[in-house]
Amino acid sequence: MTKRGLTLLLVLLGAAGSLHGQVSFDRLVRAAQEPQNWLSYSGGYFSQRHSDLAQVTPENVKNLESAWIYQLSSLEPSSTRFEMTPLVVDGIMYIVQPPNDIIALDAVSGRPFWTYSYNPSLQARLCCGRVNRGLAIQGDRLFMGTIDGHMQAIDAKNGKLLWDKAVVRPEAGYSFSSAPLVVKDKVLMGPSGGEFGIRGFLAAFDVATGNEAWRFNLVPGPGEPGFHTWQGDSWKTGGAPIWLTGSYDPELNLTYWGVGNPGPGWNGDEREGDNLYTNSVVALDADTGKLKWHFQFSPHDEFDYDAVQIPVLVDGMWQGQPRKLMYFANRNGYFYVLDRATGQFLSGKPFVEVDWASGLDPKSGRPIRVPGKAPSAAPGTLIFPGNQGGTNWYSPSYSPRTGLFYIPTWANYSTLFVRDKAEYVEGRRFGGGAWRFPVPGIRSGQGGYSWAKPEEGYGAVRAIDPMTGALKWEYKMSDLTWAGILTTASNVLFSGGAEGHFYALDARTGALLWKTQLGAVIRSGPMTYAVNGKQHVTVAAGSALFSFKLRE
Amino acid sequence: MLGVLILGVALAQGPTVDGPPPNGAQLYEANCSECHGLEGDGVPNVDLGHGRFRRATTDLELVSIILRGIPNTAMPPSNFTEGQALAIVRFLREKGSRAVFSAGDAANGRALFTGKGNCVSCHRVNGIGARVGPDLSEIGRLRHSTDLERAIADPDATVLPSNRFVRAVTREGETVIGRLLNQDTFIVQLIDAKEQLRSLVRANLRAFTFMDKSPMPSYRDKLSSKEMVDVVSYLGSLRGGGTK
Repeated sequence: MTKRGLTLLLVLLGAAGSLHGQVSFDRLVRAAQEPQNWLSYSGGYFSQRHSDLAQVTPENVKNLESAWIYQLSSLEPSSTRFEMTPLVVDGIMYIVQPPNDIIALDAVSGRPFWTYSYNPSLQARLCCGRVNRGLAIQGDRLFMGTIDGHMQAIDAKNGKLLWDKAVVRPEAGYSFSSAPLVVKDKVLMGPSGGEFGIRGFLAAFDVATGNEAWRFNLVPGPGEPGFHTWQGDSWKTGGAPIWLTGSYDPELNLTYWGVGNPGPGWNGDEREGDNLYTNSVVALDADTGKLKWHFQFSPHDEFDYDAVQIPVLVDGMWQGQPRKLMYFANRNGYFYVLDRATGQFLSGKPFVEVDWASGLDPKSGRPIRVPGKAPSAAPGTLIFPGNQGGTNWYSPSYSPRTGLFYIPTWANYSTLFVRDKAEYVEGRRFGGGAWRFPVPGIRSGQGGYSWAKPEEGYGAVRAIDPMTGALKWEYKMSDLTWAGILTTASNVLFSGGAEGHFYALDARTGALLWKTQLGAVIRSGPMTYAVNGKQHVTVAAGSALFSFKLRE
Repeated sequence: MLGVLILGVALAQGPTVDGPPPNGAQLYEANCSECHGLEGDGVPNVDLGHGRFRRATTDLELVSIILRGIPNTAMPPSNFTEGQALAIVRFLREKGSRAVFSAGDAANGRALFTGKGNCVSCHRVNGIGARVGPDLSEIGRLRHSTDLERAIADPDATVLPSNRFVRAVTREGETVIGRLLNQDTFIVQLIDAKEQLRSLVRANLRAFTFMDKSPMPSYRDKLSSKEMVDVVSYLGSLRGGGTK
């Protein structure tokens, strides 16, 4: 080989290394520098679901058109929820077809390269559908948690299984539904199953072998800090699931995870105490799993107010000082700002109607409960926000451009909370009650029928000033929303709702810029990527994945 | 097959454990209602509330579904005892047959329905009558006789969301009153007084309101108590499947 030829080869290899190389930890840390890719569930370790792509602007967004639609070919019925956010790495998109098939698609054409099929055990039992919310990637390996409690690594080039670890027992109600998070050489994951009396944890698995590197018990056992917050043996069935992906701060080497509800959910009689670390956010050392701090939003919860929402990390100013902040819009109706280095409570303001608490303690952030606002015997107690919360698992977004925080919101929303007996039987629901809408039949319209009045609850995108918690603007929908929010550097906000409309708003004002009808409920968060210099915006709805780009 | 036989024996014998019999309503509420809803209509295209089941006919088949789940669907297996599963099935059966026949004269009730009461000016039964109000062809399967009697005497007391009427005024000044069929952020769909299916663009409406009261008049003073019982008896006899 001539010297010139060698140089050319090295250049090509170099180009391959930067354009089509493996997804290193360094690339994950600097994900914002390659906005053409979408390398993790929330688009980056800070989980802002914000992209620096700016080709689609408020002026030209009306020229978006369908680039392609990928219809699922799953045997699952169409009622199955398609909740995942795709990954895109150098023009290749990786999606999960419910429950646990991985498909690699050409991100330009939507044509599949390969499919990895997995048939989970029929013992898998999930509270709310056989769902999967996505994948993680490191090197050439994709990582998936399965609904029957396996962690798996799959070769991103050919869809072949690399390792498979049975981690938890599906017959006891444990499952994996969220997208894992890769930090360095570990893939982090925790189980769902808060409705089945599991004992939750977050674990780290070696990316090469799948061997468990560490585990942090989200319900402390005897001898562990926090154990005293559980009465008797209630810790054994204390819940505390993980069912949404956490965040990571490389400078602090802390990983942050929202934790779900205690068991039994609607009856706290047999679990006196705060029930740590349910309904909390925990900050763990990413290398060891050691707890650095925790903050509990809803101690001794009886309303299913999981705190699994996305911890959004922002480096910003707080009262004139630079701070490492965490923004957290909680299912319990409050928007929180925490210091993510220490866990210090900085502020908490309701972003929806709240009547279960009269406020938060200004120092500790602990809610001040309203007497009598608790589940009771049928017909139950009417409480704002209702069981599904002021927001829930649908991703919020933070835009550094506008400085606003965007929350998929259920407004004017209440339910009746009913307390009942709870008996733990392995693998069976462990709820201790139920919930219902105050108007019978208000949300039972099947197949997309809506008869609700606005005062009976509506979906909205609410933009708040995180410094004050003040509402800056609201985009109201008629029906509720299960859709996440994406913002871009060009001040375009994408979201959707239960009506099937996928739309773009001006992130500064909330003005509707563009909409299209996808024909089914949107139960996922939009994402964006670019290939060959063309920006795409992609969202899952019904049983299909839709990718849009500007008309040429 | 063996499993089915064993299950059949267990069903025939009933629960074998000591203690009070399992409470199907409680078991349903605690274990099934989060997905299926308290009225059995929480899963699209699945109706557990009216005694007719898409995938099963017999109690044995229903018990089998509850115990084993439905593969590749969101319906998981469970670890109920056969007795508990059967209690849930019986609860659902009972829920589906809650209409109680009143002791009236259904034939006279029918005559009142089509004649003096003029109910057919709004309601339709087995293809006859107007479509503006709710179709009553299956109302005997869906409602208890006491609910029917209350609805006739005091129509405003409980209006189901699916029976709500709305009033819209278009930019052109047309007032449209009808039964709301569907809505979203941008449009409102209804059936108007002329039985026309209408889709109105919200942005083109000058006014849009839900009507507080039912458009149905009270028959408390229009029917004698005997006539009321007869009409309820007729409605209770409407269980679907009619042709004309």
